[in-house]
Amino acid sequence: MNSPTTSGIVAGRLNEQQLADNFSDLHAPLDPHEASVAADRCYFCHDAPCVTACPTDIDIPLFIRQIATGQPEGAAKTILSQNILGGMCARVCPTETLCEQACVREEAEGKPVIIGQLQRFATDTLMAQGIHPFAREGNTGKRVAVVGAGPSGLACAHRLAMRGHDVVIYEASTKAGGLNEFGIAAYKSTDDFAAKEVDWLLKIGGITIETGKALGQGLNLSDLTSEFDAVFLSIGLGGVNDLAASGADKIGVTDAVDFISLLRQTDDLKTLPIGRNVVVIGGGMTAVDAAVQSKLLGAENVTIAYRRGRDRMAASEFEQDLATSKGVRILYNLQPVAFHGNGSVVEVEFEYTADTPTGLQGTGETMRIPADQVFKAIGQTLETSEQLKIERGKIAVTGAGRTSVGGVWAGGDCALGGEDLTVTAVAEGRDAAEDIHQTLMGKA
Amino acid sequence: MADLTTNFLGITSPNPFWLASAPPTDKEYNVRRAFEAGWGGVVWKTLGSEGPPIVNVNGPRYGAIYGADRRLLGLNNIELITDRPLETNLEEMARVKADYPDRALIASIMVPCEEEAWKAILPRVEETNADGIELNFGCPHGMSERGMGAAVGQVPEYIEMVTRWCKKYYDRPVIVKLTPNITDVRYPARAAKNGGADAVSLINTISSITSVNLDNFSPEPSIDGKGSHGGYCGPAVKPIAMNMVAEIARDPETHGLPISGIGGVTTWRDAAEFMSLGAGNVQVCTAAMTYGFKIVQEMITGLSEWMDKKGYTSTSDFIGQAVPNVTDWQYLNLNYIAKAKIDQDACIKCGRCYIACEDTSHQAIWMKEGRVFEVNDAECVACNLCVDVCPIEGCITMERMPAGATDPRTGQTVQDEYANWTMHPNNPSSQAAE
Repeated sequence: MNSPTTSGIVAGRLNEQQLADNFSDLHAPLDPHEASVAADRCYFCHDAPCVTACPTDIDIPLFIRQIATGQPEGAAKTILSQNILGGMCARVCPTETLCEQACVREEAEGKPVIIGQLQRFATDTLMAQGIHPFAREGNTGKRVAVVGAGPSGLACAHRLAMRGHDVVIYEASTKAGGLNEFGIAAYKSTDDFAAKEVDWLLKIGGITIETGKALGQGLNLSDLTSEFDAVFLSIGLGGVNDLAASGADKIGVTDAVDFISLLRQTDDLKTLPIGRNVVVIGGGMTAVDAAVQSKLLGAENVTIAYRRGRDRMAASEFEQDLATSKGVRILYNLQPVAFHGNGSVVEVEFEYTADTPTGLQGTGETMRIPADQVFKAIGQTLETSEQLKIERGKIAVTGAGRTSVGGVWAGGDCALGGEDLTVTAVAEGRDAAEDIHQTLMGKA
Repeated sequence: MADLTTNFLGITSPNPFWLASAPPTDKEYNVRRAFEAGWGGVVWKTLGSEGPPIVNVNGPRYGAIYGADRRLLGLNNIELITDRPLETNLEEMARVKADYPDRALIASIMVPCEEEAWKAILPRVEETNADGIELNFGCPHGMSERGMGAAVGQVPEYIEMVTRWCKKYYDRPVIVKLTPNITDVRYPARAAKNGGADAVSLINTISSITSVNLDNFSPEPSIDGKGSHGGYCGPAVKPIAMNMVAEIARDPETHGLPISGIGGVTTWRDAAEFMSLGAGNVQVCTAAMTYGFKIVQEMITGLSEWMDKKGYTSTSDFIGQAVPNVTDWQYLNLNYIAKAKIDQDACIKCGRCYIACEDTSHQAIWMKEGRVFEVNDAECVACNLCVDVCPIEGCITMERMPAGATDPRTGQTVQDEYANWTMHPNNPSSQAAE
């Protein structure tokens, strides 16, 4: 039996019970009483700031009032009509920087209405009954291809199906869901929720999914545009940024996204190896997800090293606090310069940095942190060879996701604009679907 | 701490907080607990005539309505008078009074509208050494169908007649408890006074249906799928009760008649308000039924501290102080002109004042860039709706315009002198001020 202090990258540092506890729901679902008490705190604001803050414009005061008056299913329909992945967004949205930050009770008392958890209460209630509250409009005879079955692609496909179009989703991996399935910390999406949500979404009908297919992997854009009436690209960011540090090829240095994905697809976490001394390089949500889960798997020491100061960190304050509460150490103003070790990494050498008027500069002073496993989480990049206009590393779009190629729309992380959040991806997919619909029906 | 000792009809009690005749005062056990908790007096649960006691339903007796967070705002009940033998109640009353001589103990009575019935029970009550009696002319359910309770209270002639009998056969104070289920409460109050009542107490409960079960369409509380109207009480009825108290206090025919105020008293402030409107003391029920007897401690300390701050040394210093300020609408000063003012530092930007004004009132609040809400004085009629819907106390206030200023809504100069509807040129029956 291994323990957190066993050297190297090994499996089974914690027993089954510890792992089950560690990877249970981050926020236990509200029971009806808790939901009722929480819902009563909503002031039903006019032109509510929480709605403005929501990328999908969910009518939050309305759905909370529906919960308060005993209509959780109606509340769910209010949510899902704006955001078909409202169930997942209730789990993964950084509400502390979106709706809950804008809540007037945050201003009044420093304690917002727990909008995210209420949203989960409503959507879970509806989904537990197996109800899909939307029906398709009359068949238009139009066919649309969606490339990528992540949040944006699923949202786009659902809205198109609802408007009466037939949709084929092409997905590179073996499973639909995108980052919901592969890229989110396990404790935010327990009990195989991402897959269940996809199954529930598909109940609308009119959508088929073909897995193992992607642009450059059996598909190309010109074939798609000739075969379909419209194409929506939601291909995400398939590549990862490289580190400038030397020795990045040493054994034990990998991409955080691969680790997170592997963890999500591992049925028995006792079999998943993790280092004793884990170092995560980066400052976003991916860095936090990788670090926290390393700790939860039983790593003894987990350090996040970020090259800038705390105020610049992309992970929200809530996420940073979550990490430190789980025992993760966060170090700021450190950039990696070298990975040391004979074959396998044993320590990472960092240089201190300072924000100067001419940009981030190394101070020349260095330090070393022991590491048998290093996760790189310094951002992802778009991978495409298609003839699309690219701007700042992403597919350039105008309006509701129109690309430079006629008949081709794009949304989600691969497209320019908006934050790289699930909720933003859903909004972009939904809006592109409406634009495609208007275009195909000759109304735009 | 101000002394709260209160003299009501010559009955002294250490404070003006009495428990009303109701479920909490049905037994010696409860009443002893109430006195130990600090209640100044108790009106014992209503006694009926000797003989087989009445029976209660064996299902739910109470229904409720709630505010946010399931705060109980209103309670309705279909419980009848005491369902225990008269003898048992009388023995217990005598024992309790002997053990708590400093507390007020009043016997509530409801017997048939026949002189013999009253003549029979009053000497028995007198033997308990109770400080007085309260005639239950208010109960709106069950007993009223048998010609008692509200059935008496709704006929002023009966009130006067029964009160007279009581004064004839009983030497201590007689309080007449009035029903609010009547058009004008001044008539039963006058009848009580004419019958010789020492005081009136009000209000009894209001006929009500609190809710309907939408599966079986039974009113609640439901007894085997049927419901009957109950008596409504609790915080929700306080405004109705205070108006009735004030009507009696300012009626020239009943002015000066002692009043025991009842209806939704939940905090010290409620009690002070009732007393300022002319009540010599208050009776409480729903608050105790919701939170237990301990709540009287908040009432005692709250009232004492408020009196200390105001420099009052006795409850009589403020009893009735608000009565002269209760007037008819036609005498309100139409030259009093106010405008709403929003404290931007206190505002949490919920926008409720804006939408209430915009949708349902006078379009007198602007919503500006960055959710800044400001009052447009040129439209504001000072209706107070914005104050009432604002979740932050004190954020929106009504500020009086000084005399000589120009009201931007009317373009007219604010006048210093008092002028009411009876003097207004738009009033066809107005009379010249001189």
